Amino acid sequence: MRIPCPFCGLRDSSEFVTIGEASMSRPPADAPEAQIFDYVYLRDNPAGVNQELWYHAQGCRSWLKVARDTRTHEIESAVLARGGAQ
Amino acid sequence: MTNSQRLSSGGLIDRGKPLSFRFDGKTYRGFAGDTLASALLANGVKLVGRSFKYHRPRGIFTTGAEEPNALITLRSGARREPNTKATTVELYGGLEATSQNCWPSLDFDLQAVNQLFAPLFVGGFYYKTFMWPAAFWEKVYEPLIRRAAGLGAASGLPDPDRYEHATAYCDVLIIGAGPAGLSAALAAGRAGARVILCEEDFRLGGRLLADHYQIDGETGTQWAEQAEAELTALPEVRIFRRTSVFGVYDGGVYGALERVADHLPQPPVHQPRQRVWQIVARRAITAMGALERPIVFGGNDRPGVMLASALRAYVNRFAVAPGRVALFTTTDDGWKTAEDLIRAEIPIEIVIDPRANVAEWLMKPIARAGTRILLDAVVTDTKGGRSLQAIEVLKSGSKLTFDVDTLAVSGGFNPQIGLSTHLGGRPRWSDEIGAFVPGELPSGMAVAGAAAGQYKLAECLAKGAACGAVAATDLGFSASAQPAPRVADEAIEVKPLWHVAQSRHKAFVDLQNDVTSKDVEIAHREGFRAVEHLKRYTTLGMATDQGKTSNINGHALMADLVGRAVAEVGTTRTRPPHVPIAIGALAGPHVGAHFKPTRYPAGHEWALANGASMVDAGQWHRPRWFTKPGEKDWLESVTREAKTVRAAVGVCDVSTLGKIDIQGRDAGIFLDRVYVNMFSSLAVGKARYGLMLREDGFVLDDGTTARLASDHYVMSTTTGNAAKVMQHLEFCHQVHWPELDVAMVSVTEQWTQYAVAGPKARVLLQNLLGDALDLSNEAFPYMACVEFTWANVPMRLFRLSFSGELAYEIAVPADYGEALLRELMRAGASLGVAPYGTEALGVLRIEKGHVSVGELNGQTTAADLGLGRMLSTKKDFIGRVLARRPALTDPERPTLAGFKPVDSAQRLRSGAHFVPLGITPSVENGEGYMTSVAFSPHVGSWIGLGLIKRGPARIGERVRAYDPVRGGDVEVEICSPVFVDPEGARLHV
Ligand SMILES: [Zn+2]
Repeated sequence: MRIPCPFCGLRDSSEFVTIGEASMSRPPADAPEAQIFDYVYLRDNPAGVNQELWYHAQGCRSWLKVARDTRTHEIESAVLARGGAQ
Repeated sequence: MTNSQRLSSGGLIDRGKPLSFRFDGKTYRGFAGDTLASALLANGVKLVGRSFKYHRPRGIFTTGAEEPNALITLRSGARREPNTKATTVELYGGLEATSQNCWPSLDFDLQAVNQLFAPLFVGGFYYKTFMWPAAFWEKVYEPLIRRAAGLGAASGLPDPDRYEHATAYCDVLIIGAGPAGLSAALAAGRAGARVILCEEDFRLGGRLLADHYQIDGETGTQWAEQAEAELTALPEVRIFRRTSVFGVYDGGVYGALERVADHLPQPPVHQPRQRVWQIVARRAITAMGALERPIVFGGNDRPGVMLASALRAYVNRFAVAPGRVALFTTTDDGWKTAEDLIRAEIPIEIVIDPRANVAEWLMKPIARAGTRILLDAVVTDTKGGRSLQAIEVLKSGSKLTFDVDTLAVSGGFNPQIGLSTHLGGRPRWSDEIGAFVPGELPSGMAVAGAAAGQYKLAECLAKGAACGAVAATDLGFSASAQPAPRVADEAIEVKPLWHVAQSRHKAFVDLQNDVTSKDVEIAHREGFRAVEHLKRYTTLGMATDQGKTSNINGHALMADLVGRAVAEVGTTRTRPPHVPIAIGALAGPHVGAHFKPTRYPAGHEWALANGASMVDAGQWHRPRWFTKPGEKDWLESVTREAKTVRAAVGVCDVSTLGKIDIQGRDAGIFLDRVYVNMFSSLAVGKARYGLMLREDGFVLDDGTTARLASDHYVMSTTTGNAAKVMQHLEFCHQVHWPELDVAMVSVTEQWTQYAVAGPKARVLLQNLLGDALDLSNEAFPYMACVEFTWANVPMRLFRLSFSGELAYEIAVPADYGEALLRELMRAGASLGVAPYGTEALGVLRIEKGHVSVGELNGQTTAADLGLGRMLSTKKDFIGRVLARRPALTDPERPTLAGFKPVDSAQRLRSGAHFVPLGITPSVENGEGYMTSVAFSPHVGSWIGLGLIKRGPARIGERVRAYDPVRGGDVEVEICSPVFVDPEGARLHV
């Protein structure tokens, strides 16, 4: 699989590390515990396009938000993950 | 020995280059251009192996990677390679091969009696026969199966050869250099596209080399040679010979195996044996052709029975002369074999075709040559011992016998669809050709020629060229139309005949796995009817040929039994690799010392020269201890090192700890959010111990972070977590708080750092630095830090202590690391300085109750480690909310404490479980576990750190440290985790 890093271009997935779904942003400090629990543990795991966080560990060290189809591994887009899920 | 079965002229072998080789100890001669299979046939060797299950004699059945029978062991000694297909081995002088699966010899195989017990070996036999009793598996069944029914054996020696990995990029990857592939390469190459053409054979041309074709008035071979010459001259075209594309991966990535030196006795100097390519292609065209399939009839496995297209290739390309030949064909293509044999003046006795009608023009030249033709007839069985002697034919109810030694069989063709299914595409059944063709293709892939079911040469050339042109045009190149080459029309009709029902003897579906038509019936009877179940139950289609000649026949038989069309029953999809690949090739250069990178700190050579024993710490090599002359074991060395630090001064390389340079206006705020404690309030020139949590509230890592300037911090992490912490910090900054003005970079390898620890540490540094710095306790107190220059070298000094003694850490750019180490040892010589390793470091920190990897194990909270009060209540930080969950703050949680054996002579072991005294140890009454142990010279016995329920409240209590795995069972006393200087007075002198 190859991931289009906005800085480095199309690179092999072995250069990246993923931590899975980019389902929501980190809740604010005063958010209820339940919301933080959801942020840490709840994932949608869709069969289809999934927003995921990938780290270009052996490249520019950018965290990317990658839209990947979990059925075909096709990648629709990869953008800088600034600001989390928004 | 002479080439008794070799035509006197013709073929693509080089008669000027004879090659001598050995098979089962006998010497034979072949020619350059031969495969091992063709050379054996030319020498009259028909029997080349015994079958997997029944040890039946087997010969050569095909010409390629689809070969189910002719598996041999190639080479000897460490280069011995079992289960090699004789059909894919390019002959070289001095080649050595042996047959497999036979004992005591190929000609006389005692285990052929397995045939008599055939009822034991029917479909599902693995599951039935060897089920009970379970204890028999290891001792009886497995060795029995391995001996009786194994394939070849590996050498068991280290492989002396090297394997490489490489990556290539192209616009158009073309897989297969037959007529379709060559046409595609010419079209795309002429348009200017970067083309990679992969061909598994050592010569380009595919069926053009094996059949008699005329293209624009030239022979197929001449046309292929001209195409090759033109492609070679095109600057953007690369040709990979002896290269099999074995897998299709996501995003246009293809795996290919190049057999760089398999055709040589051993690889030339500096050359690998094989090279695994990762080919990144914008478009791909598979043009891998089609494979002929056999017909299932009695004794269809006997040496001498082979595919008709294979026999044709042996005659035309390799100038092999078979003896008395019969042809059993249900395809028009099969008749070409008869035509070519007659052209080569090889007698063909009879042609048997189950079809009632065959085109007159196909039969005419055959009949004219005096060959008998039987239509509407079938071969039911074969006769013979170690090779074919006769066939039995059924025609209009009467049985006829013909004495032949070679039977060519043509049952139809299966397009090579394997690669098209690697990403999940389902093949589609074509009634027109009676075979599966590629269905939905991976993005960017096209299929041309026989691989797409286009069997006529004219189609192969035209469709190949069209695919090549389309791929190039898609990518922005302009392809000009070329006139289609002129070729004669061909008859390609097929009437599939899956199984000759009138056969009396064993009729094989899968030759490699000895799966018969009866086995398919049994699978059906017992309910294993889906094709994937059929495969698992009977082993149909498994092993080195992956059912390339057997799958469709097996699936068609099953379709017949369930009364459905083959299209409805479907076929199995394949996974990479398309052809077998040695694990060594996949491992490539990443073996032995190159399995992973090794990192050496700057002082590595010095340490080795001074008696260091090394240990792997993360990816680093670190000195574990330094042995002095006369020391008899590691404990003696470690104890001396630890005592030296407590009494005088020691030097330890701490460069491998992660170092992250953090700069920016908001660096302090950023650290406040990633650490549980405050760093924005830290004064410039000071350092502080920090603790980091994961967002789920557990401890991630710890370390000391120093503030060098208001906008400049340098963080240290544990050695093993350096990369993880870096990734975490980048995540926090980029994803959570991109608005913060902060940037960070790992400088672990850029700075070398030594701990200088012990009551004489200050004197040592004063000896070294002279007046450069005021090191008095007042001027440079505990937790101070400073950047300075000494001898024109930038340096950093931190007053940190992991040992509990007066201690410093001094850092220099890594290039000066070893020089600094030598200077430190020189400056400390009169003070009795000693270098110390990770073991003494561990002793000193355990004596002081500092946590490390054993305690930072991903399951502990700050409170578990006695660090709960560090959690700031004035700010938000990663992990703050979830760390407060009831289960994480339960007072019953195992908490850090120290442990001493009640009998001071007893040794402690980490991993031991704590259980109350006087009860039977069980999982339920476990109270925690020992995390770190050391022999403490200070205490005079073994001591430990561990996590035990309500630890700090139980000081003085005794429990059992129970370690059944290593036979440990020690009564221990719970104590404070700080064994040395609990007031911390030594830190502040
Ligand atoms: Zn990048």
